[in-house]
Amino acid sequence: MTRYIRRAAALSLFLLAALFVNAVRVQVLQADGLNGSPANRRPAIARYDEPRGDIVVDGRAVTGSKDTGEQLRYERIYLDGPLYAPVTGYSSQTYGTTLLEHAEDGVLSGTDPALAPLPFWNEFTRSERPGGRVLTTIRRSAQEAAYQGLAGRRGAVAAIEPATGRILALVSSPSYDPGLLSGNSPAVTEAWRRLNGSASHPMLNRAIRQTYPPGSTFKIVTAAAALEARVVTDPDAPTDTADPFVIPGTRTTLPNPVPGCHRASLVYAIKWSCNTVMANLGVKVGLEGMLATAGRFGFNDDSLRIPSGVAVSNVDRRMSVDQLALSSIGQFDTTATPLQMAMVAAAVANGGELAHPYLVDRTTTWDGDTVRETPRRSYRRAMFPATAHELRRMMVEAAERGTGTRALIAGVTVGGKTGTAQHGVGNTGTPYAWFIAWAQERDAPRPAVAVAVVVEDPEAAGGEISGGGDAAPIARAVMVEALKPVPRR
Amino acid sequence: MTATAAEAPPPERPRPARRRGVELSLLVCAVLISVYGYADVGLARSGAVPRDALAYGAGLGLLALLAHLAVRLRAPYADPLLLPIAVLLNGVGIVLIYRLDLETPGDRAAPAQLIWSTLGVALFIAVVVLLRDHRVLQRYAYISVVTALVLMIVPILFPAVNGARIWIRAGGLSFQPGEFAKILLAVFFAAYLAANRHALAHTGRRIGPLQLPAGRVLGPVVAVWLISVAVLVLERDLGTSLLFFGLFVVMLYVATGRTGWIVVGLLLAGSGAFAVGTLEPHVRGRVESWIDPYASIAAGDGPSQLAQSMFSFASGGVLGTGLGAGHSILIGFAAKSDFILATAGEELGLAGLTALFLLYTLLVAQGYRAGLDLRDPFGRLLAVGLAAILAVQVFVIAGGVTGLIPLTGMAMPFLAQGGSSVVTNWIIVALLIRLGDSAREPHPETVEPGVIARAPGPAGHGGPADPAGHAGSGGSAYPAGPSAAEEAR
Repeated sequence: MTRYIRRAAALSLFLLAALFVNAVRVQVLQADGLNGSPANRRPAIARYDEPRGDIVVDGRAVTGSKDTGEQLRYERIYLDGPLYAPVTGYSSQTYGTTLLEHAEDGVLSGTDPALAPLPFWNEFTRSERPGGRVLTTIRRSAQEAAYQGLAGRRGAVAAIEPATGRILALVSSPSYDPGLLSGNSPAVTEAWRRLNGSASHPMLNRAIRQTYPPGSTFKIVTAAAALEARVVTDPDAPTDTADPFVIPGTRTTLPNPVPGCHRASLVYAIKWSCNTVMANLGVKVGLEGMLATAGRFGFNDDSLRIPSGVAVSNVDRRMSVDQLALSSIGQFDTTATPLQMAMVAAAVANGGELAHPYLVDRTTTWDGDTVRETPRRSYRRAMFPATAHELRRMMVEAAERGTGTRALIAGVTVGGKTGTAQHGVGNTGTPYAWFIAWAQERDAPRPAVAVAVVVEDPEAAGGEISGGGDAAPIARAVMVEALKPVPRR
Repeated sequence: MTATAAEAPPPERPRPARRRGVELSLLVCAVLISVYGYADVGLARSGAVPRDALAYGAGLGLLALLAHLAVRLRAPYADPLLLPIAVLLNGVGIVLIYRLDLETPGDRAAPAQLIWSTLGVALFIAVVVLLRDHRVLQRYAYISVVTALVLMIVPILFPAVNGARIWIRAGGLSFQPGEFAKILLAVFFAAYLAANRHALAHTGRRIGPLQLPAGRVLGPVVAVWLISVAVLVLERDLGTSLLFFGLFVVMLYVATGRTGWIVVGLLLAGSGAFAVGTLEPHVRGRVESWIDPYASIAAGDGPSQLAQSMFSFASGGVLGTGLGAGHSILIGFAAKSDFILATAGEELGLAGLTALFLLYTLLVAQGYRAGLDLRDPFGRLLAVGLAAILAVQVFVIAGGVTGLIPLTGMAMPFLAQGGSSVVTNWIIVALLIRLGDSAREPHPETVEPGVIARAPGPAGHGGPADPAGHAGSGGSAYPAGPSAAEEAR
């Protein structure tokens, strides 16, 4: 019997050895594949196991974390959700992340290797780092002023510090509370469905993700092109544009909002927004020149990140002469994001040099050690300093004595440009009211702020549907806040 | 106890070492490891040692000490590894269940497991103290088999739990009588085969290469086996069915030494498995889930229990996530019972799993060791049967949860939640202690001066020797060892 007992023992040993070999197969050989399975909940559980790092505005967190005690433990909360939604985006257990929550997810969720004290520290300890903090460039007061100025109307505001590119305000209206999307309950699904189905598109970030026909605000770009191409050498000299002006290649005459545009100078054309003069100058500059100048302001750049991606502002690369004429006054296919038009104003204010716009000042670990700091970077030289100097003068004229007087601030140099863009089939839709501007204290070395405001549905009060009427006061309110000294913390 | 050592100044053979001190130190280690695990769970989860860690350690230590005293007094020659391994496995099992309890605050299973373990140790002590000679059991072979069959039939009268009618529920306690049946069946098989093994091996008709034993010899045992399997198929408990089958085949092979039994057994098992697998949807589902554990993921229904178990093992990798830091609770309702090994695999890793497999291997090996050392056929067969029960059980459940073989519901010995299982396994270990003690106990005739132990025994070839009920009545006097003829076969 001994021999058979030995054999039975050997069989049992073989079975147990097979278990070991199989365990090696599962735990070593197949581990990576199984760990990466989309049905494996562990990455999601690990992701929400620690409170997410906060997004900070002016030294105060505008986000927070709520311990739900559930499997996906921490949910995002937003302290001033609708106000900062175009900056933060949402962080949802169900729908992922957007905007800063997306662009800085590595830092916020604690997975960014730069958060660890040593390289490969996380891999070694297998532990999660606490989420880091993202300090934004947003000025709380400017953001609030813009949001309150829009007062729930559809529209957007983007404000930049021209010398640095720091984005001081980024507002889209109507907005939504990203906190509604944080968790994974049926209420979240319902909120998602309702927000996406809403006719007012509250989740659309109009400041950087929506493009509008820029209307007359684009005339600054056209003016820059005309000066750069030396189509205009003396801005104060009369141009050869007749009023009425027939669009080249058509029998259509271009209307003007004001009288006096016949053979008007460039300064007058900007000040009173003469369509005829600017369309004619654009045609004279030609497609190549217009594209080159617009490109230096940021048009047709699909790689702009702040760090969230920015929608491409468009000037068509192939156009007939009549199309070019219309494009030169911000119509036809020309479209721009509010951020793009703020960049136009910023380039003028900053002497022609355009700083790269950015939204994240720096990121830190949870206890404040800097992880990364966004350096000031030049985006492009948009124009010669001399051109910028002339454009500054024209914008100041427009603000002080032209269409933009409602943006004026006592004791401050303000340059502005209004715009009213038609849209819809046969221009039947409500026009957009645009205003772009910059402001500089009289004794300050640099302008404090450049801003672009667009209001989609201005209340057409007595036919005064204009950037000057609807958008300029909002721009003014934002600039007033941005001009105040930065509070020390 | 023998007093022979005192009266035999120079024994022929050195008296076997008792090694009870080794057992005691190993027990201290087993308890300390368990308490460390218990504290570690608390530290990982809440940063503090659980308040009842001392109570747990004291309880486990007390049980170990009492069991040790029983062994020291009544089975001093028993193998010193068995008891520490059982205490360690049971202690680690409670730690794992306690750890999973933290995920299911409404359903705490660790306290009940500790109570069942206490009962198990009490029965262990009772068996070690009261059963002075394992051969007594031979007398109860037929009572054992009748009791086993009754125990297996009774649950049919009770409502099914999770598709299997294997529980008896009374007063909030549930109880799985089939667990006890396996010991009783092992006792019956051992007694019956010990009595009839020569008839089984050498009589009957020859058909081709197979020699079929006479029907009257084989009949009863096959009938018992068929009834037990039929009952199990009715009860939908395939794991236990597989266990009985394996037990029967191994014991028959060891008793008769005929490889043909293995072949017949494999054919029967194969055809039975095929029939059940095609006819019974519950089993077919298990087989399909085994062939492709991830099919339900591809179908969009989420991961199956088996897939979740595989995720657990993969997540553990080589070193594990650490106690308390895994997510094996995702497996769902059977996480504490059938799938307890997944928690071990995830949180202790391949390293911990290998340690567990080695502990089981040692336990099984000590069973076979006792089988080899013993000299009475009943004892040898019982030891082999108990070792096979442990080996097959570990293989079936560990192979099932790691995807090596189709999953069948079964309890990992000592580790899994389940009162009847823990109690039964303690009795198995008690029997192995008793068998090991008998195997290594010095016998009067071996130490008696002048007497050479190897007298040829009365065992013959003609017919059943040692029919059930006859042996063992002699008490202290062992029947002589196996005949040389038998050993040579």
